[in-house]
Order: sequence, then structure tokens, then C-alpha cells
Amino acid sequence: MYYIVKRLLATIPVMGVVALFVFSLLYLSPGDPAAVIAGDIATEEDIARIRASLGLDQPYLVRFGHWLGALAQGDLGTSIFTNLPVTQLIAQRVEPTIALTLCTLIVSIVIAVPLGVIAAARAGGWIDRLVMAVSVMGFSVPVFVLAYVLIAVFSIQLEWLPVQGYKSITEGFVPFIRHMILPSVALGIVYMALIARITRASMLDVLSQDYVRTAQAKGLAPQTVLVGHALKNAAVPVVTIIGIGVALLIGGVVVTETVFAIPGIGRLTVDAILRRDYPIIQGVTLLFSAVYVIVNLLVDLSYTLFDPRIRY
Amino acid sequence: MNQKFSSRPIAGALARATFSLVAAATFAVAAPAFAQQKVLKFVPEADLRSLDPIWTTAYITRNHGYMIYDVLLAVDENFNVKPQMVDKWEISADKLTYTFTLRDGLKFHDGQPVRSADCIASIERWAKRDVFGQKLGEMTKSWTAVDDKTFKLELKQPFAYVLDALAKPSSNVPFIMPERLAKTDAFTQVTEAIGSGPFKFVKEEWVPGSKVVYVKNTDYKPRSEPPSWGSGGKVVKVDRVEWIYIPDSATAAAALNAGEVDWWQQLPPDLIPLLSKNKEVKVENVDPLGSIGLMRFNQLQPPFNNVKLRQAVLSVVNQQDYALAIAGDPKSGKPCPSVFTCGTPLSNTAGSEVLTGKRDVAKAKQLVKESGYKGEKVVLMTATDQPIVHAQALVTSELLRSIGINVELAASDWGTLITRRSSKEPIDKGGWNIFHTWFVGPDLVNPALNTPLRGAGEKSWFGWPNDPKLEELRDAWFAAGSAAEQKKLAEELQKRAFETVPFIPTAQFIIPTAYRTNITGIIKSPVTFLWNVEKK
Repeated sequence: MYYIVKRLLATIPVMGVVALFVFSLLYLSPGDPAAVIAGDIATEEDIARIRASLGLDQPYLVRFGHWLGALAQGDLGTSIFTNLPVTQLIAQRVEPTIALTLCTLIVSIVIAVPLGVIAAARAGGWIDRLVMAVSVMGFSVPVFVLAYVLIAVFSIQLEWLPVQGYKSITEGFVPFIRHMILPSVALGIVYMALIARITRASMLDVLSQDYVRTAQAKGLAPQTVLVGHALKNAAVPVVTIIGIGVALLIGGVVVTETVFAIPGIGRLTVDAILRRDYPIIQGVTLLFSAVYVIVNLLVDLSYTLFDPRIRY
Repeated sequence: MNQKFSSRPIAGALARATFSLVAAATFAVAAPAFAQQKVLKFVPEADLRSLDPIWTTAYITRNHGYMIYDVLLAVDENFNVKPQMVDKWEISADKLTYTFTLRDGLKFHDGQPVRSADCIASIERWAKRDVFGQKLGEMTKSWTAVDDKTFKLELKQPFAYVLDALAKPSSNVPFIMPERLAKTDAFTQVTEAIGSGPFKFVKEEWVPGSKVVYVKNTDYKPRSEPPSWGSGGKVVKVDRVEWIYIPDSATAAAALNAGEVDWWQQLPPDLIPLLSKNKEVKVENVDPLGSIGLMRFNQLQPPFNNVKLRQAVLSVVNQQDYALAIAGDPKSGKPCPSVFTCGTPLSNTAGSEVLTGKRDVAKAKQLVKESGYKGEKVVLMTATDQPIVHAQALVTSELLRSIGINVELAASDWGTLITRRSSKEPIDKGGWNIFHTWFVGPDLVNPALNTPLRGAGEKSWFGWPNDPKLEELRDAWFAAGSAAEQKKLAEELQKRAFETVPFIPTAQFIIPTAYRTNITGIIKSPVTFLWNVEKK
């Protein structure tokens, strides 16, 4: 418990540095939201007045002070363009991203871990070579290319699944899952490849250990040895890669959400960057930082479940 | 470790689980939402970012404005000004007083009646932001509410374009808002989207970046005339309109092909062949004016502060090249050798032979030499996230090289470009020399609206050409009394523009629209309207 509290408290300075870094970077980066708002016909005077009305003409320290002050009260600010609170915009977008991430994680783990185990169990055989070949392809095919192929086959040709959009699970499990299958597979392919390879490597390492040989010698069923003995001990690196892979997922979410027109955090971020909607960019960056910190904490904690030798 | 483990149980379980999941998802049918309603699913050209069509000139916000707001006057397809919210108007004999009377039954979405005070406050706010509105504001002595349905405009001097300004079809459009909202500072966004137009905005369902929902305003009383551009009866024939923003064009095409959406507003040229194959999809040009691409020089900084260098570029610009680069198809892009949108009353050919005559590279090189250009670097800005801008920039960079200009293509996103273009500094301090953009046809139809045609020096639009004669001719156009005089002055303006080259029009192009064949009643207009559209 002490460890958890310590780790959570450690996030505060991390977030503070991230906040300062992001604010400074945006301040220094080219691009002016007032010019975007004013449009092509606007004069310089129009742009200057919009800048003034938004407080963008204030010095760096004043703006940073205002933002930090609001942040301390839990206020992430208001979108320059939509005039809506950033917290509301993030709240609107967080569900599709979480749903997509979770579905991708589930699909990836459910497919990749068994594939990795099978490949290790049949090391050197045709199944192993096939799994490894497929995983290389998984690394090689860009998410958007696979996404278009999936749309062309399953949406346009076969008409099985929708092309785009998001349905909340509150609208029914079936519509939800129908809209999630293609994006999850497209996004998950790299992830599956990564997990399958790590699982295979880790299993190969464990399968060469003495206790596995002992279990086999005792006459235990091969599946029991694989799942009950070897897989649990091979899990630590796999869990680590799953945790680290969340970074990959968040990067891939942007492309996937764009191709499948899913209104998630990824698209919110890209749109905000393109139009220089600073409060949204700052808010989302802080959110992502917090997610990284928490996921890393959860991964560290999960080690104790798989390896009793690990204690915090 | 050579023992082989059986993989069948795991593989079998995996296959069963996967099949069950896919089968359940594939064959189950979702309960149709709004089954009893006619829902038009429309893919707009861009994401709706702001709800205030006076605060921003973004075309998507203008289109949103037409959904929920109404206008006093509107132009029809022949550029005639027609009444819309106004029932009738009278002009005094001295042409100094305009009296407008509102028609019966006008009501805002919050249930309040539309009053003269609402109209006056809306027009006054608009006049602070819009270029035509500002001119009207200069000429205005006062706006007065005679009663709740009648209001009066008194001018300082006769101004022939009062009705044209109030009927302006493109950004900023003088939409009518409730007085309490119209009192908002013109540089601050209004906080509500309450109009008196044919649709109501459903704020609770708005997901910025994804979805905007409108429902039919059942209290709206359309005019009886047939629709023509923004004029006539705005009869809504669906119950609900959903704007579904799909940023990826391939996905939007697939969604239209699959029938997930009904109408895609702007179809990129490269996807026309794909969608044309589908018999249930119609690809059509519904914009009679299209848009105009243009090249703009920075006249504050060398080398394009020298007119000879600008003339050199003009003498080799081939509009056909630009048309093809932008539209990809000769049917969708064509030359337009006029500074006023081709196909509109003031477009003409005065002085345009410099753009349509023989393209003479040798002559251009001679002009470059005479300009004193010594091979210094020229920064041509481009935005890679704006295909129309980028296509023009690529053509221009080749063109400049062909006449010996040392060009550097400065690629960025549009947000960076429009910030950099406001820099008046030399290029080594973050300035620029050339950029491209484009305007929709209605924005360049006359000298009042034609922003890049100004010659007011540092008060002009980015590029800041200083040409007092251009300004004189513009003022003379505003003071002109007859249509013949207006046309003659427009010709003189154009002739002057082709001499001093404040900008070069590169091409006129149309971005086609694509819709399912069960959609009918799309109004052919330079602005996309969603009334009159029926879904069978």
C-alpha cells in the first residue's frame, strides 16, 4: 500500500513537468488559433482583436499562470473553437477510445498469447514458422493499409460489418461489437505480432527449465504443463510488453480512429493540433501522461501475481 | 527440449471463440434508431468547430448558419435580391431611407417572436465583422425600429448596394439572431445556437469533431415561392439531419457506397471513378459557380515588390495546368481569366489577354532580368493538409524554376501557413514571398467582396499591395449609380489588376457532390442547403 501511495504521489511532479513542457512547446510552436478562427478573408486587425478576446496576446508567464491556476482547481479550460469545457470534450471522447483500446487488448491477447504458446510448443515446426511469418507481416503492414483492406472485404464486398462510426455499449452489445471488430483487428495486428513473439520467446525460455522437465516426467498432460506451469512463469515479460504496448496502441488509435471515423481522444488530439486549440492539446497530453503512469504502476503491481518472489 | 505439445485444444478453443464473436456480431440486427423518422445522413466538407457564423468566416459554420438562422433577404440563381424574412421593403425617393417590414409568423427556436430589435442588433454585429457589412456601416446614419415588425435604415449618402449587402450569400452572412445574443461583442462567440431558421440545432447531441444533429423546426413558415439558391421556400422534407464528419475520404466513399450515409458534400477528384461505378450513387456538380484558386505575392518584400517580376509570372501562368492539378478532371476545372468569378455579372475579359495569350517563357525571362532579380531565394508557402493549396503550389514551383527564379517550397500545415502569412518581415526573419489559397465563387463576384483585389497597402489583405488607383476605382464602383456604370468600372478594375498584379487567378474548379439515388431535391447553388431535400 505504501508503495502504491508513493508511486501515485510521484506522478504529481511528473505531471507538473509534462504540463510545463507542453505549455512551453505550444507557446513556441508556429500557428495561431486566432488566424484559423478568423478565416481566409480576415484582416490583421480582425485577427488581433480575436487574439485579444481569447487572451492570446498576454505574455507567456501570465498565460501559464492562468492555466496553472485553473488546473489546480480541476479546470482544464475551454476549447477556443467550440467554447465547450475541455473536460466535457474529453469525457465525450474517452469512451470510444477506452472501448477501442480494451477491445484491441482483448483481441490481441486472446489471439496472440495462444499463438505464441503454440509456436513455442511446436518450435521449429511449420506452425512455428507460420506464426512467426504472420507476426513479421503484422509488424510490416501499416495500420491504415490493413484498415482499408478490412473495410473493402468485410464492409463493401461481404457487407457484414459497418464501415465507420461508433456505437456505445449502452445502445446494445451487438451494435457495439459490430463497430469494434474491424478497428480492433486493424489496430491490434501490430500488437498481436509483438505479444506473440514475446510469448514465444518467453515460453521457449521457460520450457527449457528443470521444473518443466520434472512436470513432464511426472506424467502430467502436455496442456497442463504448458498452461499451468510454463505459461504462468513466462507471463512477466508478456505482461511487461502488454503494458509498454499501450504506448503503441495510443499512437495507433489516432490512425484507426481517423480511418474508421471513431470520435475518440486520438482524433480529438489531431484536430486540436491542426487548429491550434491549445486548451484541448494541453488537457489531452496531461490525460495521456496520467494513463502512462497508471498503466506502468498496474503492470508493476501485476508482477506479484505471477512471480511470488517479487514484493514491493 | 524436443517434446512436441499438442496445440489443437488451444487452437480449437480460439477458433470457436472467434467464430462465435464474429457470428454474433455479423448476423444480429441492431434495433433501428429513429425508425419512424426520416433521417438524412450528410457528410459535411469539414468539422463544425464553431457555432457562430459572425465570429468566424469558416464555410462550415456558414452552412450551419443556414440550417438554423434565417436571413432578411437572399439572392436567387440570377443574382436578383429576393425577400426572405422581409415581407416588403420601400426605398425613399432620395434613396437615403430603406424601410423593411417583416413577414408574419417568424419565431425563434426558443419560442420568442422575431422583432425589429433582433434584426437591427444582428445586422449591427455583422457589420462590425463582414467586409461588405463594414462598407454598409460606413454609409449608415442609423437603424431604427419603427415597431416590432418594421425597421428603418437611414443612410448618410445614397448607397446602391444596401440590398446586395443584406442578401450576401457567403461568409459572413447577415443571419438574424435574438437581440440578447446579437448584443454579444462581434469578436466573442455567441453562447447559444438559437435562430428562426428551418432547422433546430440539438446541442445535447453535438459531438465536436464527429456529429452534429439538427431537427426540423416545425414552427417554421416557409415562403411560398420555389427555392432558388438561398431564396424562396425553405421547405424541410426530412425530420432529422445528422452531419457525420468523416475525415478520411476513402472511408467516406466506402460509407456512401455501403449506404451508411446518404450524401457526401465534397468528393475529392480521385474518388470520382470509384463512386461513379455504383449505380445507387450519383456524382454531380451542383455548384454553378465553383471556386477560384489564386496566387498571392508579398509586395512589401523583395523581389515581388517589383511589378515586372509579378508580370513575368503572370505571362507564363497557364490556368489549364492549375485546373488539372486541382480538379484532376477537365470537366471539373477550367481557366477563368477574370478577377471576378466567371459566370457572374461582373466577370469580363478586359486586360485578360496577358493571361490567355501566348505563354512566352523568353519574354518572362526578359522581364525577370529587367526586374533586377539576382537569384535570391523566394519562399513559396504551401500547406500539405490542403490539397487545393498544395496542388497549386507544386505547379507554381515548377513554373518559377522555368523562368529562373530560385524557389524554395516551404511546406507546413495550413495553421502554420496562415500564421506565417501575416508576417511582414523578410524571409530570413520568418517572412514569405508567395502563397496560394482559394475562395468560393460568391466571395469574388464584385469589388465589395473581392478581398484580394484591394490596393490599400498595409490595410489590404495579406500581401499588402499598394495601388491607389485600384482603390480609386473601387470607391468609384461603390458610388456608381447604374448597372452599366458598375460594369464599366469593374472592367477598369480588372484591367488595372492585370497590370499591377495584386494576385493571379489560377483556375475555376468545381468540387462535385455524391449522394445516394434515393435522395432528391438538392438545390443547385454555390452554398449547400439542406432544405427541399427528400429521402425516399
